[in-house]
Amino acid sequence: MSDPRLPATFENPGLPPHVHRAADTDPRAAKRAERQVASLFTLSILSTIGFVVSYFAVKSDTEAFIPFIGTTNLLNVLLGVFLALALLGIGFGAVHWAKTLMPDEEVVEERHPIRSDDETRAKAVGLLEAGAESAQLNRRPLLKATAGTALGLFALPLGVQLAGSLGNPTKALDELKSTIWDVKDGKPIRLVRDVERTPIKAADVSIGAVFHVLPETIKESHHVLEDKAKAAVLLMRLHPNDFAADDLGKKAKSWGYEGIVAYSKICTHVGCPVGLYEQQTHHLLCPCHQSTFDVTRDCEVIFGPAKRPLPQLKITVDAEGYLVAPQGFAEPVGPSYWERKK
Amino acid sequence: MNALAARRRHPAAIALLLFLGLALVGATYSLFAPKPAQAAVATADKVADGKALFQANCATCHGISAEGTKSGPTLIGVGAAAVDFQVGTGRMPLSAPNVQAPRIEQVKYSQEQIEAMGAFVASLAPGPAVPDKATVEAEGDVALGGELFRVNCSMCHNFAGSGGALTRGKYAPALYGVEAKHIYEAMITGPQSMPVFDDKNIDAKGKASIISYLKTVETQPNVGGMNLGNMGPVSEGLFIWIFGLALMIGTAYWLGQKAA
Repeated sequence: MSDPRLPATFENPGLPPHVHRAADTDPRAAKRAERQVASLFTLSILSTIGFVVSYFAVKSDTEAFIPFIGTTNLLNVLLGVFLALALLGIGFGAVHWAKTLMPDEEVVEERHPIRSDDETRAKAVGLLEAGAESAQLNRRPLLKATAGTALGLFALPLGVQLAGSLGNPTKALDELKSTIWDVKDGKPIRLVRDVERTPIKAADVSIGAVFHVLPETIKESHHVLEDKAKAAVLLMRLHPNDFAADDLGKKAKSWGYEGIVAYSKICTHVGCPVGLYEQQTHHLLCPCHQSTFDVTRDCEVIFGPAKRPLPQLKITVDAEGYLVAPQGFAEPVGPSYWERKK
Repeated sequence: MNALAARRRHPAAIALLLFLGLALVGATYSLFAPKPAQAAVATADKVADGKALFQANCATCHGISAEGTKSGPTLIGVGAAAVDFQVGTGRMPLSAPNVQAPRIEQVKYSQEQIEAMGAFVASLAPGPAVPDKATVEAEGDVALGGELFRVNCSMCHNFAGSGGALTRGKYAPALYGVEAKHIYEAMITGPQSMPVFDDKNIDAKGKASIISYLKTVETQPNVGGMNLGNMGPVSEGLFIWIFGLALMIGTAYWLGQKAA
């Protein structure tokens, strides 16, 4: 299959002829290169001095206007710039030195086999065997067994911690399914404002308004952030005529109160807070991956990677006119997991 | 002092003294005189002026009696605050139909004209009034304002008020260089895509605190260096990806090059 146009063997072409650098032939160029390298090192020296001086001379709360950055902390800028120049001066100086003045003739270094010769290998094995013999490893099997067991068992604490950190699978599943909206004693849970934690009257919610809401049970929570992460709810009031006329729109409206609807704020994609409500289009946008939910059609997904609508929280009002949730979420909030049914 | 004392009987001295006295009285009066109550009931005159301005400039889209058309929403019940916000930030009159009215520095109308149009719109149906100066510039609690802002506003306007994208070309604008009054009005009227945050949701103190927070963020120095518009980790990553990587490739190229 050999190509007849190709010769049987190739000759070693060797290295191309060495080209001398300007600094190799011209003493003036060499002198210039020396000056350049020396200036780079000098820059480093001066910057190090500058670093130490500014460390002591500039107060840590001094502000200054720096072009491109704006008003900023002067000490941070000075320390950073001087440290960078000090390090770059050394690095660039060394590289420039190597490139212009140090020898650059091509040199061939022959490789040698990596494997040691047989005599050296036999000697190494002998050394190991002598060590084992002098430690009485083979004569005292009890030591061998106990030492091996001790070392082997030492892996257990690591393994136990790893397995333990996975948690109780049944309990973990229950936690995924429950939120602190779940009604325990039959008493409906009031909706409260996030931040102020004050209850919300239905009359307080004007059309086009959006409230960021938590359950009143957050006040008794011992794990506020964990509970909040699942229980965050967005409350909106739409004009009752804005809901779609189909089943989805009717369900959304009937689970709300006079056009006030509450939805879980946790995206069904990967759990970001869906908080961007556009009051003209009634679209809810998730800022992470642009999943868009249509509030007029029960938060159905109209764009993006989310696969399920946001779970709706059924709300009504209590005797005093405050908004309450008579039951928790009907389905788990947040992203999907293996055991989830739909 | 001697020169002054020597000339105290000069014929012009009395005239000069009279002039200085008058100027002092005038200046003091202008400082302490009770201002005409501007926030008072809109006079019929103002409403008439506003109606004329409205019909000449806004009626094409909003309808001859602000009832709304296909090109613009009804303005019945939006209140004077909405007019002051939309016209006062240059968003209205809209120069061309678009997904969203952008903020324009060059405001087309004088404050008197905006007030007249606001009075006309407010006379159609009750709506949010322009907040008074004391409410808007009340001392707020910056820490509370920050918390309220992060819960209620930051998902659209970004944690530092740099703005952000919404769906289909719409966006939440940056909040830098916006008058406190206009921020307040935006909260009570809910312009365009923005929901309403009236006093029953976030009270006047909360609103003042949010404004104080925004003004603090706007004026505080960038201790961490260049903030790249406070857009968060994506823009920062992109910056170092482009400039840091280019710098490293350039250095690697220089390292590998043979000296001349």
